[in-house]
Amino acid sequence: MAEVEETLKRIQTHKGVIGTIVVNAEGIPIRTTLDNSTTVQYAGLLHQLTMKARSTVRDIDPQNDLTFLRIRSKKHEIMVAPDKEYMLIVIQNPSE
Amino acid sequence: MPVTHKTLVKSKQGSNAQSQQKPLAAKTAKVVSKKKDEDDGTEIGEGGDEWMHGKTLIKPPDQLDLTEAELKEEFTRILTANNPHAPQNIVRYSFKERSYKPISSVDQLAVHFFLEGNLLHRDSDEARRQKAKQGLPDEKATVVTETEDEKLETPLQAAGGEEAGDVEEGGGEDGAHSVDSKTGKKEQKLTNQFNFSERASQTLNNPLRERGCQTEPPPRASFSATANQWEIYDVYLEEMQKQEKNKEKAKAVPKKEDDKGKKKLTLVETQSDDLTKVAKVAKIIERMVNQNTFDDIAQDFRYFEDASDEFREQEGTLLPLWKFQYDQAKRLSVTALCWNQSYKDLFAVGLGSYDFTKQGRGMLVFYSLKNSTYPEYNYPTTSGILCLDIHPDRPYLVAVGFYDGCVAVYNLKEERPEPVYKSSSKSGKHTDPVWQVRWQKDDMDNHQNFFSVSSDGRVVSWTLVKSELVFTDIIKLSLVGAVSEGPEGVPPPTMACGTSFDFHKQINYLFLVGTEEGKIHKCSKAYSSQFLETYDAHNMAVDAVKWNQFHPKVFISCSSDWTVKIWDHTIRTPVFIFDLNAAVGDVAWSPYSSTVFAAVTADGKVHVFDLGINKYEAICQQPVVAKKKTKLTHIEFNPVYPIIIVGDDRGYVTSLKLSPNLRSKPKEKKGQELPRGPEVEIAKMEKLLSLLREPENSKA
Repeated sequence: MAEVEETLKRIQTHKGVIGTIVVNAEGIPIRTTLDNSTTVQYAGLLHQLTMKARSTVRDIDPQNDLTFLRIRSKKHEIMVAPDKEYMLIVIQNPSE
Repeated sequence: MPVTHKTLVKSKQGSNAQSQQKPLAAKTAKVVSKKKDEDDGTEIGEGGDEWMHGKTLIKPPDQLDLTEAELKEEFTRILTANNPHAPQNIVRYSFKERSYKPISSVDQLAVHFFLEGNLLHRDSDEARRQKAKQGLPDEKATVVTETEDEKLETPLQAAGGEEAGDVEEGGGEDGAHSVDSKTGKKEQKLTNQFNFSERASQTLNNPLRERGCQTEPPPRASFSATANQWEIYDVYLEEMQKQEKNKEKAKAVPKKEDDKGKKKLTLVETQSDDLTKVAKVAKIIERMVNQNTFDDIAQDFRYFEDASDEFREQEGTLLPLWKFQYDQAKRLSVTALCWNQSYKDLFAVGLGSYDFTKQGRGMLVFYSLKNSTYPEYNYPTTSGILCLDIHPDRPYLVAVGFYDGCVAVYNLKEERPEPVYKSSSKSGKHTDPVWQVRWQKDDMDNHQNFFSVSSDGRVVSWTLVKSELVFTDIIKLSLVGAVSEGPEGVPPPTMACGTSFDFHKQINYLFLVGTEEGKIHKCSKAYSSQFLETYDAHNMAVDAVKWNQFHPKVFISCSSDWTVKIWDHTIRTPVFIFDLNAAVGDVAWSPYSSTVFAAVTADGKVHVFDLGINKYEAICQQPVVAKKKTKLTHIEFNPVYPIIIVGDDRGYVTSLKLSPNLRSKPKEKKGQELPRGPEVEIAKMEKLLSLLREPENSKA
């Protein structure tokens, strides 16, 4: 357990990382470093997108599964790593 | 009286003033009246004249003057029935004769008056139609029905009279009857407009009652789901797993206690913080974040090929990639490096200290190229690690040799930080630092085993039996050559200190041991006391000895005496000698070429040699660490990727990419495809060796 905490802490303090959100299977954020409204927005939108992406991947081959999803935009990069029960969202500014 | 006659005449005249159709008989009256008109003033006077001259005729002015003879002429008038107005000469065109022909007879009928009447003969069509409309049958029928109706009428009337008292039901029947009678009457006779009575009665309306009941609606919940291909697949998988579990349960019924224990564990897990399940995802994210931060390095690692190598002839460069460091290992030096054979991006770093005065703790750290900021695994140890080896077949088993002489085996799959097996003083641990460990193939009982060499002069084989390490001394290194006897009675130390060893790649029992005295012994597992061969290798301790990966006869050795030497094990003298101007910490053969090897020195430089290109000099000499004081202690080639990792005495591990010149393959002749494989490499080396041997032979 402590390991996971440490890992999350390391991610949060990594260079360029703006925020991290841990979302559970229903799309409800359980842990975040951003403010509430932003968190809720990110969680809701990315949850849907991840479900869709995962559905796409698995539809093509049911034995396959989505490992992670990167959305690179002009300002920063959003990385989503879904799991069976949880989803981790990290927003990083890669060019810093 | 005559006056009245006149007045009458006057009135007549007044009325018929303009008409002159009066016959002659009335003329006199006219004349008289005219005269009267003319002579109003003398009326009274001439009135008598008139009466006297009443019969005198006065001619109207426009009357025909006819002679008397003409007047007497008689005209006969015949009355015929001919129509005077009918035309007498109607002519019709006859197509047959193509001319106009008069019609012989002309219709003489003259219609004086015509008036459309509304009476119909009763037998005419129209009359019949009208009767039918009114519902009356034909005349004959009407006659019969008339009589019948008459008959009906009378009983009806009688019935009506009788049942006049009943109001409701009788009324209903009566109403029916009356309707019938009405229709009957209508068919035959027109209804009597004066005596006709319409009878109606109302039935009893059953009282209507509305009854309803309301139930509580069943609880509703809206449900939506998708049925994708993968969802169906998942469900099937679950089913299968359940079935398998059931089967297993059926088999493993007596293991109830274990189950209970497991149940407890699972309960604890669910109660604890849910974040444990995020571990895997967190790891992935961390790697992604690192990849982003070190994006350019990752790109270089994959794709960068130094283009300037084309201009550099034979020299190459090393491109620095990631740098691995662990906070808690800052004061330790890298004492061992090993790549994992199965997971090509994972490598192990052993940390300890070479300084025998500063012995403290150590650490076993595993890094992955995917995450350069934090190790994948790390195990702190009480004593400094001096060597390690990862099992080639079981990549989760790591054998470690410590400074305090212990050996241990770690299992990466298990979570605990202690080793799975550890040798203790009882179980034959070395009394001196263990300099090298190497895994061997499983023995006949399928136990894993490894060898270790130590400064106490023993080469020991350790076997993992169940939960213990069982040791077997393989060989004891004795000092070769007579040593002057010490003071009387004291036997001179007979054990040499082994500092490195290596097993032959193909010949299993053959191995080399380097000693602190600078000798290399070729030994066999079978012979425990004798060496097969001894080479006077170096003046100082042999730091590393390694067999060539391809050529079965060649091995390399390096030492702190600044030299690197290449040997053919059949020849007692080295084939190549390289002087590197600094103490050589480690040397390693490349996995892709039999003629390429790299060495690290204490002045922070990496030297890469390719004997196929240049037999005397390094093709690359590059300092890789910032501070010149850092000594490079170990070097390893990655089995797959063109990178090397270099460990130094500050605890850093630097990864470098070999430029293309350093990994050159023999040039292809046009049109010919050179066979690539170990044979080629062996041939290459053999060629080199033969070049060197010839002068020897010729000399000899």
